Amino acid sequence: MADLKKFVCIVCPLGCDIEVESIEETLLFKGNKCKKGEEFAKEELEAPKRVLTTTVKVKGGVIKALPVKSDKPILKNQIFEVLKILALLEVEVPIKIYDIILKNVLNKDVNIIATRSIKKEE
Amino acid sequence: MNKKNENYDVVVIGGGSAGLSAAIEAKRNNASVLLIEREDELGGILKQCIHPGFGILQFKENLTGPEYAEKLIMEIEKLQISYLLNTLVVDISKEKKIVAISPDKGILNIKAKAIVLSMGAREKDRGSILIPGSRPSGIYTAGVAQRFININGYLPGRDVVILGSGDIGLIMARRFTLEGANVKAVYEIQDKPSGLKRNIAQCLNDFNIPLYMSKTVVEIIGKERLEGVIISDVNSNLEPVKGTEEFVKCDTLLLSIGLIPENELSKKALILVSDKTNGPFTSEIFETSVDGIFAAGNVLQIFDLVDYVSETGMISGKFASLYAKSELQNRESKKAINIMEGENIKTVFPQKFSFTSDLVLFIRPSIEVNHPVFIDVADGFFRVKRQYARIGEIMRVKVPLEVLKDLNRDFKVSLFDLKE
Repeated sequence: MADLKKFVCIVCPLGCDIEVESIEETLLFKGNKCKKGEEFAKEELEAPKRVLTTTVKVKGGVIKALPVKSDKPILKNQIFEVLKILALLEVEVPIKIYDIILKNVLNKDVNIIATRSIKKEE
Repeated sequence: MNKKNENYDVVVIGGGSAGLSAAIEAKRNNASVLLIEREDELGGILKQCIHPGFGILQFKENLTGPEYAEKLIMEIEKLQISYLLNTLVVDISKEKKIVAISPDKGILNIKAKAIVLSMGAREKDRGSILIPGSRPSGIYTAGVAQRFININGYLPGRDVVILGSGDIGLIMARRFTLEGANVKAVYEIQDKPSGLKRNIAQCLNDFNIPLYMSKTVVEIIGKERLEGVIISDVNSNLEPVKGTEEFVKCDTLLLSIGLIPENELSKKALILVSDKTNGPFTSEIFETSVDGIFAAGNVLQIFDLVDYVSETGMISGKFASLYAKSELQNRESKKAINIMEGENIKTVFPQKFSFTSDLVLFIRPSIEVNHPVFIDVADGFFRVKRQYARIGEIMRVKVPLEVLKDLNRDFKVSLFDLKE
Protein backbone atom coordinates (compact mmCIF):
# COMPACT_ATOMS: atom_id res chain seq x y z
CA MET A 1 0.00 0.00 0.00
CA ALA A 2 1.66 3.22 -1.12
CA ASP A 3 1.06 6.49 0.67
CA LEU A 4 1.90 9.76 -1.11
CA LYS A 5 2.41 13.09 0.66
CA LYS A 6 3.42 16.42 -0.87
CA PHE A 7 5.29 19.30 0.73
CA VAL A 8 6.83 22.58 -0.34
CA CYS A 9 10.31 22.69 1.15
CA ILE A 10 10.92 25.89 3.11
CA VAL A 11 14.64 25.48 3.77
CA CYS A 12 15.87 27.77 0.98
CA PRO A 13 14.31 30.17 -1.58
CA LEU A 14 14.05 27.43 -4.27
CA GLY A 15 10.93 26.06 -2.61
CA CYS A 16 11.08 22.60 -4.24
CA ASP A 17 7.87 20.57 -4.40
CA ILE A 18 8.78 17.36 -2.63
CA GLU A 19 6.80 14.13 -2.90
CA VAL A 20 7.25 11.45 -0.28
CA GLU A 21 5.98 7.96 -0.94
CA SER A 22 5.94 5.46 1.90
CA ILE A 23 5.96 1.92 0.53
CA GLU A 24 5.85 -0.64 3.33
CA GLU A 25 8.82 0.27 5.53
CA THR A 26 10.72 2.59 3.17
CA LEU A 27 10.39 6.24 2.22
CA LEU A 28 10.98 7.42 -1.36
CA PHE A 29 11.73 11.12 -1.93
CA LYS A 30 11.15 12.91 -5.22
CA GLY A 31 11.53 16.56 -6.28
CA ASN A 32 14.16 17.79 -3.84
CA LYS A 33 17.26 19.33 -5.40
CA CYS A 34 19.44 18.70 -2.32
CA LYS A 35 19.82 16.52 0.73
CA LYS A 36 18.39 19.21 3.05
CA GLY A 37 15.08 18.83 1.26
CA GLU A 38 15.01 15.11 2.01
CA GLU A 39 15.73 15.80 5.69
CA PHE A 40 13.02 18.45 5.75
CA ALA A 41 10.44 16.15 4.17
CA LYS A 42 11.30 13.35 6.57
CA GLU A 43 10.79 15.65 9.53
CA GLU A 44 7.55 17.03 8.07
CA LEU A 45 6.17 13.50 8.08
CA GLU A 46 7.31 12.52 11.54
CA ALA A 47 7.41 15.71 13.63
CA PRO A 48 7.03 19.00 11.74
CA LYS A 49 9.01 21.83 13.31
CA ARG A 50 9.19 25.58 12.69
CA VAL A 51 11.45 28.39 13.88
CA LEU A 52 9.25 30.73 15.90
CA THR A 53 9.64 34.51 15.53
CA THR A 54 7.50 36.86 17.57
CA THR A 55 7.75 39.85 19.92
CA VAL A 56 7.82 40.12 23.69
CA LYS A 57 6.65 43.05 25.79
CA VAL A 58 9.30 45.46 27.10
CA LYS A 59 8.89 47.07 30.53
CA GLY A 60 8.91 50.86 30.48
CA GLY A 61 11.09 52.69 27.95
CA VAL A 62 10.42 53.97 24.48
CA ILE A 63 10.69 50.67 22.60
CA LYS A 64 7.59 48.61 23.43
CA ALA A 65 8.30 45.31 21.71
CA LEU A 66 11.41 43.12 21.62
CA PRO A 67 11.69 40.87 18.58
CA VAL A 68 12.69 37.31 19.52
CA LYS A 69 13.22 33.95 17.86
CA SER A 70 13.62 30.34 18.89
CA ASP A 71 17.27 29.35 18.47
CA LYS A 72 16.11 25.99 17.05
CA PRO A 73 12.87 24.89 15.35
CA ILE A 74 9.98 24.10 17.70
CA LEU A 75 7.39 21.34 17.21
CA LYS A 76 4.56 22.86 15.17
CA ASN A 77 1.93 21.53 17.57
CA GLN A 78 3.61 23.25 20.52
CA ILE A 79 3.93 26.71 19.00
CA PHE A 80 0.74 28.15 20.52
CA GLU A 81 1.67 26.78 23.94
CA VAL A 82 5.01 28.61 23.71
CA LEU A 83 3.27 31.79 22.51
CA LYS A 84 0.96 31.74 25.52
CA ILE A 85 3.96 31.56 27.85
CA LEU A 86 5.70 34.42 25.98
CA ALA A 87 2.56 36.55 26.11
CA LEU A 88 2.89 36.70 29.91
CA LEU A 89 6.53 37.83 29.84
CA GLU A 90 7.80 41.35 30.31
CA VAL A 91 11.51 41.94 29.76
CA GLU A 92 13.63 44.72 31.19
CA VAL A 93 16.23 46.88 29.45
CA PRO A 94 19.10 46.84 28.74
CA ILE A 95 19.04 43.86 26.41
CA LYS A 96 21.91 42.57 24.31
CA ILE A 97 21.17 40.83 21.01
CA TYR A 98 21.04 37.03 21.49
CA ASP A 99 20.33 37.31 25.25
CA ILE A 100 18.26 34.31 26.32
CA ILE A 101 14.75 35.52 27.15
CA LEU A 102 13.32 32.10 27.97
CA LYS A 103 15.48 29.07 28.55
CA ASN A 104 14.59 25.44 27.74
CA VAL A 105 11.09 26.17 26.51
CA LEU A 106 8.69 23.36 27.45
CA ASN A 107 11.70 21.41 28.72
CA LYS A 108 13.06 20.94 25.22
CA ASP A 109 16.57 22.02 24.32
CA VAL A 110 15.26 25.24 22.71
CA ASN A 111 15.75 28.82 23.92
CA ILE A 112 13.93 32.00 22.96
CA ILE A 113 16.54 34.67 22.23
CA ALA A 114 16.49 38.41 21.53
CA THR A 115 17.14 39.43 17.91
CA ARG A 116 18.11 43.01 18.72
CA SER A 117 19.76 45.04 21.46
CA ILE A 118 17.88 47.69 23.39
CA LYS A 119 19.86 50.27 25.37
CA LYS A 120 18.80 51.31 28.84
CA GLU A 121 17.64 54.83 27.95
CA GLU A 122 15.53 53.69 24.97
CA MET B 1 15.20 79.22 14.29
CA ASN B 2 18.58 77.64 13.93
CA LYS B 3 20.07 77.61 10.43
CA LYS B 4 23.15 75.46 10.11
CA ASN B 5 25.47 75.04 7.16
CA GLU B 6 27.42 71.83 6.73
CA ASN B 7 29.62 70.33 4.03
CA TYR B 8 30.24 66.66 3.36
CA ASP B 9 31.79 64.54 0.62
CA VAL B 10 28.88 62.10 0.60
CA VAL B 11 25.42 62.58 2.08
CA VAL B 12 23.22 59.48 2.24
CA ILE B 13 19.48 60.05 2.46
CA GLY B 14 17.70 57.19 4.22
CA GLY B 15 19.16 54.86 6.86
CA GLY B 16 17.70 51.49 5.86
CA SER B 17 19.69 48.60 4.43
CA ALA B 18 20.68 50.47 1.26
CA GLY B 19 21.66 53.71 3.02
CA LEU B 20 23.56 51.94 5.81
CA SER B 21 25.52 49.91 3.25
CA ALA B 22 26.25 53.02 1.16
CA ALA B 23 27.43 55.03 4.17
CA ILE B 24 29.70 52.23 5.34
CA GLU B 25 31.29 51.78 1.92
CA ALA B 26 31.74 55.55 1.39
CA LYS B 27 33.43 55.88 4.78
CA ARG B 28 35.68 52.90 4.04
CA ASN B 29 36.73 54.78 0.90
CA ASN B 30 37.80 57.72 3.09
CA ALA B 31 35.00 60.13 2.29
CA SER B 32 33.41 62.39 4.89
CA VAL B 33 29.92 60.98 5.28
CA LEU B 34 26.62 62.13 6.73
CA LEU B 35 23.67 59.73 6.93
CA ILE B 36 20.23 61.33 7.34
CA GLU B 37 17.31 59.29 8.71
CA ARG B 38 13.77 60.52 9.36
CA GLU B 39 12.89 57.99 12.08
CA ASP B 40 14.19 57.85 15.64
CA GLU B 41 16.38 54.81 14.90
CA LEU B 42 18.51 53.52 12.03
CA GLY B 43 17.46 50.34 10.26
CA GLY B 44 14.48 51.28 8.15
CA ILE B 45 11.98 48.54 7.34
CA LEU B 46 14.34 45.83 8.66
CA LYS B 47 13.38 46.71 12.23
CA GLN B 48 9.83 45.50 11.76
CA CYS B 49 10.65 42.44 9.62
CA ILE B 50 11.12 40.11 12.58
CA HIS B 51 11.03 36.96 10.42
CA PRO B 52 14.14 35.20 8.97
CA GLY B 53 15.33 35.26 5.35
CA PHE B 54 17.90 38.08 5.44
CA GLY B 55 21.60 37.79 4.68
CA ILE B 56 21.57 34.27 3.24
CA LEU B 57 23.68 35.33 0.26
CA GLN B 58 25.70 38.08 1.89
CA PHE B 59 26.60 36.58 5.27
CA LYS B 60 25.73 32.90 4.59
CA GLU B 61 23.45 33.13 7.64
CA ASN B 62 19.66 33.15 7.81
CA LEU B 63 19.00 36.24 9.91
CA THR B 64 15.87 38.08 10.95
CA GLY B 65 15.49 41.70 9.83
CA PRO B 66 16.49 43.23 13.18
CA GLU B 67 19.64 41.07 13.35
CA TYR B 68 20.65 42.14 9.84
CA ALA B 69 20.04 45.80 10.75
CA GLU B 70 22.07 45.52 13.94
CA LYS B 71 25.02 44.04 12.03
CA LEU B 72 25.06 47.09 9.75
CA ILE B 73 24.42 49.58 12.57
CA MET B 74 27.34 48.17 14.59
CA GLU B 75 29.58 48.84 11.60
CA ILE B 76 28.25 52.43 11.39
CA GLU B 77 29.19 52.96 15.05
CA LYS B 78 32.56 51.24 14.66
CA LEU B 79 33.48 53.46 11.69
CA GLN B 80 32.15 56.48 13.61
CA ILE B 81 29.96 57.58 10.72
CA SER B 82 28.00 60.77 11.48
CA TYR B 83 24.25 60.39 11.31
CA LEU B 84 21.17 62.46 12.07
CA LEU B 85 17.96 60.89 13.38
CA ASN B 86 14.46 62.40 13.36
CA THR B 87 15.64 64.48 10.41
CA LEU B 88 13.57 64.78 7.26
CA VAL B 89 15.11 65.88 3.96
CA VAL B 90 12.59 68.16 2.30
CA ASP B 91 14.53 69.36 -0.72
CA ILE B 92 17.56 68.51 -2.82
CA SER B 93 18.83 70.38 -5.84
CA LYS B 94 20.88 69.41 -8.88
CA GLU B 95 23.72 71.36 -7.28
CA LYS B 96 23.54 68.87 -4.39
CA LYS B 97 22.25 71.35 -1.82
CA ILE B 98 20.13 69.59 0.76
CA VAL B 99 17.50 71.14 3.02
CA ALA B 100 16.45 69.07 6.02
CA ILE B 101 14.31 69.69 9.09
CA SER B 102 14.46 68.25 12.57
CA PRO B 103 12.65 69.04 15.85
CA ASP B 104 15.80 69.84 17.79
CA LYS B 105 18.08 71.24 15.09
CA GLY B 106 15.55 73.24 13.09
CA ILE B 107 16.36 73.86 9.43
CA LEU B 108 19.60 72.38 8.14
CA ASN B 109 21.32 73.43 4.95
CA ILE B 110 23.78 70.78 3.90
CA LYS B 111 26.11 70.84 0.91
CA ALA B 112 27.32 67.56 -0.53
CA LYS B 113 29.83 66.71 -3.23
CA ALA B 114 27.87 63.52 -3.90
CA ILE B 115 24.49 62.23 -2.74
CA VAL B 116 23.18 58.70 -2.37
CA LEU B 117 19.39 58.47 -2.48
CA SER B 118 18.14 55.51 -0.45
CA MET B 119 14.65 56.52 0.67
CA GLY B 120 13.11 53.13 0.06
CA ALA B 121 9.51 52.60 -0.96
CA ARG B 122 5.95 53.13 0.18
CA GLU B 123 2.94 50.81 0.00
CA LYS B 124 0.06 51.11 -2.43
CA ASP B 125 -3.07 51.90 -0.40
CA ARG B 126 -6.84 51.83 -0.79
CA GLY B 127 -6.70 55.02 -2.84
CA SER B 128 -4.42 53.35 -5.40
CA ILE B 129 -7.10 50.81 -6.32
CA LEU B 130 -10.15 52.91 -5.38
CA ILE B 131 -12.16 50.39 -3.36
CA PRO B 132 -15.69 51.83 -3.09
CA GLY B 133 -17.68 51.93 0.13
CA SER B 134 -17.56 53.67 3.46
CA ARG B 135 -14.41 54.76 5.27
CA PRO B 136 -14.37 52.97 8.61
CA SER B 137 -11.28 52.24 10.67
CA GLY B 138 -9.75 48.79 10.39
CA ILE B 139 -8.25 49.08 6.90
CA TYR B 140 -4.46 48.96 6.86
CA THR B 141 -1.70 48.29 4.40
CA ALA B 142 0.13 45.14 5.46
CA GLY B 143 3.33 47.03 6.33
CA VAL B 144 1.50 49.47 8.60
CA ALA B 145 -0.17 46.58 10.42
CA GLN B 146 3.26 44.96 10.74
CA ARG B 147 4.60 48.13 12.34
CA PHE B 148 1.68 48.35 14.77
CA ILE B 149 2.27 44.79 15.96
CA ASN B 150 6.06 44.49 15.89
CA ILE B 151 7.11 48.01 16.88
CA ASN B 152 4.19 49.50 18.80
CA GLY B 153 2.92 46.30 20.41
CA TYR B 154 -0.71 46.69 19.31
CA LEU B 155 -3.00 44.08 17.77
CA PRO B 156 -4.87 46.05 15.07
CA GLY B 157 -7.77 43.61 14.76
CA ARG B 158 -9.08 40.10 15.41
CA ASP B 159 -11.03 38.99 12.32
CA VAL B 160 -8.80 39.56 9.34
CA VAL B 161 -9.21 39.47 5.56
CA ILE B 162 -6.14 40.03 3.38
CA LEU B 163 -6.21 41.40 -0.15
CA GLY B 164 -3.11 40.50 -2.19
CA SER B 165 -0.93 37.39 -2.01
CA GLY B 166 2.42 39.25 -2.01
CA ASP B 167 4.96 38.27 0.62
CA ILE B 168 4.08 41.08 3.04
CA GLY B 169 0.46 39.92 3.13
CA LEU B 170 1.47 36.29 3.62
CA ILE B 171 3.92 37.15 6.41
CA MET B 172 1.19 39.17 8.14
CA ALA B 173 -1.31 36.32 7.80
CA ARG B 174 1.06 34.28 9.94
CA ARG B 175 1.85 37.16 12.31
CA PHE B 176 -1.80 37.89 13.10
CA THR B 177 -2.48 34.18 13.60
CA LEU B 178 0.42 33.83 16.04
CA GLU B 179 -0.98 36.77 18.03
CA GLY B 180 -4.34 35.02 18.35
CA ALA B 181 -6.32 36.70 15.59
CA ASN B 182 -8.47 34.82 13.09
CA VAL B 183 -7.26 35.25 9.51
CA LYS B 184 -10.22 34.24 7.38
CA ALA B 185 -8.73 34.26 3.88
CA VAL B 186 -6.27 35.79 1.44
CA TYR B 187 -7.76 37.01 -1.84
CA GLU B 188 -5.61 37.52 -4.94
CA ILE B 189 -6.83 39.35 -8.04
CA GLN B 190 -4.49 37.50 -10.42
CA ASP B 191 -4.87 33.80 -11.24
CA LYS B 192 -1.48 33.00 -9.63
CA PRO B 193 -0.13 33.93 -6.19
CA SER B 194 2.63 36.54 -6.23
CA GLY B 195 4.50 35.62 -3.04
CA LEU B 196 7.23 33.01 -2.62
CA LYS B 197 5.99 29.40 -2.67
CA ARG B 198 7.56 28.71 0.67
CA ASN B 199 5.68 31.64 2.22
CA ILE B 200 2.40 30.16 0.99
CA ALA B 201 3.47 26.95 2.70
CA GLN B 202 4.67 28.34 6.02
CA CYS B 203 2.25 31.27 6.35
CA LEU B 204 -1.01 29.92 4.92
CA ASN B 205 -0.93 26.11 4.64
CA ASP B 206 0.59 25.76 8.12
CA PHE B 207 -2.48 27.48 9.57
CA ASN B 208 -5.11 26.27 7.09
CA ILE B 209 -5.72 29.81 5.88
CA PRO B 210 -7.42 29.58 2.46
CA LEU B 211 -6.02 31.41 -0.57
CA TYR B 212 -8.50 32.35 -3.30
CA MET B 213 -7.32 33.40 -6.75
CA SER B 214 -9.06 35.67 -9.26
CA LYS B 215 -11.03 37.53 -6.62
CA THR B 216 -10.98 41.06 -5.25
CA VAL B 217 -12.66 43.38 -2.75
CA VAL B 218 -15.35 45.48 -4.44
CA GLU B 219 -16.90 47.23 -1.46
CA ILE B 220 -16.15 48.20 2.14
CA ILE B 221 -18.96 47.88 4.67
CA GLY B 222 -18.89 49.47 8.09
CA LYS B 223 -19.72 52.71 9.85
CA GLU B 224 -17.04 53.52 12.40
CA ARG B 225 -15.26 50.17 12.36
CA LEU B 226 -15.02 47.79 9.45
CA GLU B 227 -17.85 45.24 9.52
CA GLY B 228 -17.10 43.29 6.38
CA VAL B 229 -16.09 43.33 2.74
CA ILE B 230 -17.82 42.34 -0.48
CA ILE B 231 -15.71 39.87 -2.44
CA SER B 232 -16.24 39.35 -6.15
CA ASP B 233 -14.76 37.04 -8.80
CA VAL B 234 -12.83 38.75 -11.58
CA ASN B 235 -12.58 37.81 -15.26
CA SER B 236 -9.44 37.49 -17.36
CA ASN B 237 -9.35 41.31 -17.68
CA LEU B 238 -9.39 41.58 -13.89
CA GLU B 239 -12.85 43.15 -13.98
CA PRO B 240 -15.40 42.15 -11.31
CA VAL B 241 -18.01 39.65 -12.53
CA LYS B 242 -21.53 40.76 -11.63
CA GLY B 243 -23.51 38.22 -9.68
CA THR B 244 -20.51 36.65 -7.94
CA GLU B 245 -20.52 38.98 -4.93
CA GLU B 246 -20.37 37.55 -1.43
CA PHE B 247 -20.22 39.27 1.95
CA VAL B 248 -17.29 38.31 4.18
CA LYS B 249 -17.53 39.46 7.78
CA CYS B 250 -14.33 40.92 9.23
CA ASP B 251 -13.07 43.78 11.41
CA THR B 252 -9.72 44.21 9.66
CA LEU B 253 -8.75 44.41 6.01
CA LEU B 254 -5.05 44.22 5.13
CA LEU B 255 -3.95 45.52 1.75
CA SER B 256 -0.86 43.86 0.34
CA ILE B 257 -1.15 45.23 -3.19
CA GLY B 258 2.30 46.47 -4.10
CA LEU B 259 5.17 48.82 -3.29
CA ILE B 260 6.20 52.02 -5.05
CA PRO B 261 9.71 53.46 -4.94
CA GLU B 262 9.72 56.75 -3.05
CA ASN B 263 11.09 59.27 -5.57
CA GLU B 264 9.53 62.61 -4.61
CA LEU B 265 12.99 63.96 -3.69
CA SER B 266 14.58 62.54 -6.84
CA LYS B 267 12.08 64.46 -8.94
CA LYS B 268 12.93 67.67 -7.08
CA ALA B 269 16.52 67.32 -8.26
CA LEU B 270 15.16 66.80 -11.79
CA ILE B 271 16.41 63.21 -11.88
CA LEU B 272 14.89 61.17 -14.71
CA VAL B 273 12.65 58.40 -13.39
CA SER B 274 11.71 55.29 -15.39
CA ASP B 275 8.07 54.31 -15.88
CA LYS B 276 9.04 50.64 -15.88
CA THR B 277 10.86 50.47 -12.54
CA ASN B 278 9.37 53.67 -11.01
CA GLY B 279 12.94 54.46 -10.01
CA PRO B 280 15.74 56.60 -11.45
CA PHE B 281 17.52 55.59 -14.66
CA THR B 282 21.04 54.70 -13.58
CA SER B 283 24.37 53.48 -14.90
CA GLU B 284 26.27 50.45 -13.56
CA ILE B 285 27.69 52.58 -10.74
CA PHE B 286 24.08 53.51 -9.86
CA GLU B 287 24.60 57.14 -10.78
CA THR B 288 21.37 58.83 -11.86
CA SER B 289 20.88 61.25 -14.76
CA VAL B 290 22.29 63.98 -12.51
CA ASP B 291 26.07 63.87 -12.10
CA GLY B 292 27.12 62.94 -8.59
CA ILE B 293 23.66 61.84 -7.41
CA PHE B 294 23.46 58.08 -6.92
CA ALA B 295 20.58 55.81 -5.90
CA ALA B 296 20.38 52.49 -4.09
CA GLY B 297 17.84 49.97 -2.79
CA ASN B 298 14.07 50.06 -3.10
CA VAL B 299 14.13 53.65 -4.35
CA LEU B 300 15.62 52.19 -7.56
CA GLN B 301 13.16 49.35 -7.96
CA ILE B 302 11.38 47.00 -5.60
CA PHE B 303 13.77 44.25 -4.51
CA ASP B 304 12.87 40.93 -2.93
CA LEU B 305 16.24 40.11 -1.31
CA VAL B 306 17.95 42.48 1.12
CA ASP B 307 21.33 41.14 0.01
CA TYR B 308 20.82 42.75 -3.41
CA VAL B 309 19.66 45.98 -1.76
CA SER B 310 22.88 46.12 0.23
CA GLU B 311 24.92 45.42 -2.88
CA THR B 312 23.43 48.44 -4.69
CA GLY B 313 24.17 50.42 -1.52
CA MET B 314 27.80 49.36 -1.46
CA ILE B 315 28.33 50.14 -5.15
CA SER B 316 26.64 53.56 -4.82
CA GLY B 317 28.60 54.40 -1.69
CA LYS B 318 31.93 53.46 -3.24
CA PHE B 319 31.40 55.44 -6.42
CA ALA B 320 29.83 58.39 -4.63
CA SER B 321 33.01 58.70 -2.58
CA LEU B 322 35.21 58.38 -5.67
CA TYR B 323 33.10 61.04 -7.40
CA ALA B 324 33.35 63.35 -4.37
CA LYS B 325 37.12 63.11 -4.42
CA SER B 326 37.25 63.57 -8.21
CA GLU B 327 38.75 60.10 -8.55
CA LEU B 328 36.25 58.60 -10.97
CA GLN B 329 37.95 57.30 -14.12
CA ASN B 330 36.54 57.22 -17.62
CA ARG B 331 34.21 60.14 -17.13
CA GLU B 332 34.37 61.56 -20.62
CA SER B 333 36.48 58.97 -22.44
CA LYS B 334 33.70 56.77 -23.77
CA LYS B 335 30.03 57.53 -24.32
CA ALA B 336 27.60 55.49 -22.22
CA ILE B 337 25.46 52.88 -24.00
CA ASN B 338 21.93 51.74 -23.21
CA ILE B 339 20.89 48.40 -21.76
CA MET B 340 17.50 47.18 -22.92
CA GLU B 341 15.03 44.37 -22.32
CA GLY B 342 15.34 41.52 -24.82
CA GLU B 343 13.34 38.31 -25.00
CA ASN B 344 11.46 37.06 -21.95
CA ILE B 345 12.62 39.99 -19.82
CA LYS B 346 10.10 42.26 -18.14
CA THR B 347 12.56 44.82 -16.73
CA VAL B 348 16.32 45.08 -16.48
CA PHE B 349 18.37 47.62 -14.64
CA PRO B 350 20.64 49.48 -14.53
CA GLN B 351 19.69 50.94 -17.86
CA LYS B 352 23.04 52.40 -18.88
CA PHE B 353 26.61 51.16 -19.09
CA SER B 354 29.30 53.81 -18.65
CA PHE B 355 32.40 51.57 -18.85
CA THR B 356 33.40 52.53 -15.31
CA SER B 357 32.88 49.27 -13.44
CA ASP B 358 31.71 45.65 -13.60
CA LEU B 359 28.02 45.51 -14.51
CA VAL B 360 25.68 43.98 -11.94
CA LEU B 361 22.31 43.43 -13.61
CA PHE B 362 18.99 42.93 -11.82
CA ILE B 363 16.48 41.21 -14.06
CA ARG B 364 12.77 40.54 -13.83
CA PRO B 365 11.86 37.66 -16.14
CA SER B 366 8.50 37.64 -17.90
CA ILE B 367 8.25 33.84 -18.05
CA GLU B 368 8.11 31.17 -15.39
CA VAL B 369 10.44 28.20 -15.99
CA ASN B 370 11.19 25.59 -13.32
CA HIS B 371 14.26 24.15 -14.98
CA PRO B 372 17.59 25.68 -16.10
CA VAL B 373 17.59 28.81 -18.24
CA PHE B 374 20.34 31.00 -19.56
CA ILE B 375 20.68 34.75 -19.58
CA ASP B 376 22.26 36.31 -22.65
CA VAL B 377 23.94 39.70 -22.63
CA ALA B 378 24.50 41.55 -25.92
CA ASP B 379 23.68 38.65 -28.23
CA GLY B 380 26.29 36.23 -27.00
CA PHE B 381 28.93 38.54 -25.49
CA PHE B 382 28.20 36.98 -22.14
CA ARG B 383 26.00 34.06 -21.11
CA VAL B 384 25.21 32.58 -17.75
CA LYS B 385 23.06 29.65 -16.59
CA ARG B 386 20.51 29.82 -13.81
CA GLN B 387 18.47 27.04 -12.19
CA TYR B 388 15.06 28.59 -12.86
CA ALA B 389 13.21 31.78 -13.73
CA ARG B 390 10.23 32.97 -11.68
CA ILE B 391 8.10 35.99 -12.42
CA GLY B 392 8.09 37.17 -8.81
CA GLU B 393 11.85 36.80 -8.26
CA ILE B 394 14.63 39.10 -9.38
CA MET B 395 17.69 37.49 -10.98
CA ARG B 396 21.15 38.94 -10.49
CA VAL B 397 23.92 38.65 -13.08
CA LYS B 398 27.40 40.15 -12.78
CA VAL B 399 29.17 40.91 -16.07
CA PRO B 400 32.87 41.83 -15.74
CA LEU B 401 33.97 45.17 -17.21
CA GLU B 402 36.63 43.23 -19.17
CA VAL B 403 33.91 41.46 -21.19
CA LEU B 404 32.04 44.61 -22.14
CA LYS B 405 34.84 47.13 -22.64
CA ASP B 406 34.91 46.76 -26.42
CA LEU B 407 31.16 47.11 -26.92
CA ASN B 408 30.18 50.29 -28.69
CA ARG B 409 26.45 49.83 -29.25
CA ASP B 410 23.29 49.65 -27.16
CA PHE B 411 22.63 46.06 -26.14
CA LYS B 412 19.88 43.75 -24.93
CA VAL B 413 19.61 41.30 -22.08
CA SER B 414 17.54 38.20 -22.88
CA LEU B 415 16.46 34.99 -21.19
CA PHE B 416 16.18 31.62 -22.88
CA ASP B 417 14.77 28.28 -21.79
CA LEU B 418 17.63 25.75 -21.96
CA LYS B 419 15.27 23.03 -23.10
CA GLU B 420 14.24 24.94 -26.22
